[in-house]
Amino acid sequence: MPPMLEVKNISCSYDEARVITDLSLEIRAGEIVAILGANGAGKSTTMRAIAGLLHPEKGSVLFEGEDITNLPASQVIRRGLCYIPEGRRLFSRLTVRENLELGAYTESSREAIDQRLEEVFAMFPILKARSAQRAETMSGGEQQMCAIARGLMSEPRLLMLDEVSLGLMPSLVEKVFETVVEIRRKGVTILIVEQMVQEALEIADRGYVLQTGKLVTSGTARELLDSDEIRKAYMGM
Amino acid sequence: MGNFLQVLIDGLLNGLLYALVAAGLSLIWGVMDVINFAHGEFLMVAMYLSYWLGFLLDIDPFISWIAGGIFLFLLGAVTYRLIIKNSLGKAAMAPLLATFGLSMLLKNFCMNVFTPNFRLLSGNWLEGRTIAFGGAIVPLPQLVTALFAFAVLGVLYWMLKKTRLGWAIQATAMDKEAAELMGIDTERIYLLVFGMGGACVGIAGSLMTSYLAVYPEVGGLFSLIAFVVVALGGFGSIPGALLAALLIGLVESFSGFYIAAVVKYVAVFAVYLGVILLRPRGLFGW
Ligand SMILES: Nc1ncnc2c1ncn2[C@@H]1O[C@H](COP(=O)(O)OP(=O)(O)OP(=O)(O)O)[C@@H](O)[C@H]1O
Ligand SMILES: [Mg+2]
Repeated sequence: MPPMLEVKNISCSYDEARVITDLSLEIRAGEIVAILGANGAGKSTTMRAIAGLLHPEKGSVLFEGEDITNLPASQVIRRGLCYIPEGRRLFSRLTVRENLELGAYTESSREAIDQRLEEVFAMFPILKARSAQRAETMSGGEQQMCAIARGLMSEPRLLMLDEVSLGLMPSLVEKVFETVVEIRRKGVTILIVEQMVQEALEIADRGYVLQTGKLVTSGTARELLDSDEIRKAYMGM
Repeated sequence: MGNFLQVLIDGLLNGLLYALVAAGLSLIWGVMDVINFAHGEFLMVAMYLSYWLGFLLDIDPFISWIAGGIFLFLLGAVTYRLIIKNSLGKAAMAPLLATFGLSMLLKNFCMNVFTPNFRLLSGNWLEGRTIAFGGAIVPLPQLVTALFAFAVLGVLYWMLKKTRLGWAIQATAMDKEAAELMGIDTERIYLLVFGMGGACVGIAGSLMTSYLAVYPEVGGLFSLIAFVVVALGGFGSIPGALLAALLIGLVESFSGFYIAAVVKYVAVFAVYLGVILLRPRGLFGW
């Protein structure tokens, strides 16, 4: 079976400055794959290129066999590929409920939306209690739950999570990772970027390591966890 | 006492009209950070449309507002496609200068084709009709126009707050990129917002034709007032625009009556300067 997502030799720049060079990666259906690397390595840029927020100048992105390299973000989500961006990016003055509804913007059936709402409320009961509250008035942890839930509202087949544990207290970080595993159990394939390298590799099947926009290593999570180089560079051990 | 009530009513009726004129400007500004300098000329175009529909085809302004709304929606959408879209993301002044150019074009076009003369539509359904209210005389064309304005604002507000399209518009205003990630086609939203801004001012212009004369420069004063209303009310806020417009209407009518007719706009802009000095984000701004 061909991979669900194939990123083939992409290069990306922000006005002249090259930040991704000749990067390739693959994700098979049902996997959790982690992208690791230091700050500024190009992890978010890679995800943005896949999501259609920026278009690589070279190379291509195939999702379920279809070339989505130059599709705008608003079309990519319709293919079943959802990106939860770095920094939550909730619609701050809308309520939790309205944020979640917009997560399902591509779905037109009221019943389907209501059913998805129930599913995410079951997963994050706090959001149900807060559904009439403006997103900006929630705590950071609650906002992060809301961002994940909003992503799930589109019922993606591939979910990309960009540092969703950032700024959360340890018990919440654990809860986020448990949630990711639970989402995968429901049949969603996951690509994850994390500062918590150890934790990410513990739930991931495979990982890619980026450095200044280039792929330096890849392997199974076990191999990466056992690699001295990785432990030194990213886990401070 | 009778005078006071009369002045109060006049101020409120004008204020409601100003609110509708300003709402479109506020919406466009709030969602796209673009100042439509041709806003007043959009108003003028709608007035000419209703004037000629009334003059040539005997269609009353209280019917032709539908045509005004639709035509100005299209004018707004076309303006976005041909002028605004290309100037976005360039220098900050680009959309401003582009719409300023459009305003000159529209004004001079009407000046040439329709002459600078004032034209007042006569023979309207409500022309000269009034109702007495506690010693004040309320002219019906103004009253109905004000009620219409209030209703249109209500529909606009409801749409923004309660419908999925409204949330998508708000989301686009707050975080365009995140909105795109939700599947919202923000290009379409911009087009729609420009169209809706045009429709609001178009409906206002058409209704006004029931009691006000149209001439090529008519947009100037109204757009100035609309800018003041939007700045006072807080960019993008419909309730803010409504309250600010009522305030401006009242300041105008009270100063015009109790001080002197010639100072009414001085008073309006004095209030504006005062508020902006004390509260730069406007009375109701974020
Ligand atoms: N909008 C932008 N304009 C210009 N340069 C940018 C922009 N966004 C990112 N960059 C640059 O691109 C490089 C990669 O950034 P990116 O955000 O992809 O890194 P990252 O691996 O996600 O880092 P972090 O761990 O800090 O989130 C960085 O050098 C960054 O400065
Ligand atoms: Mg990043």
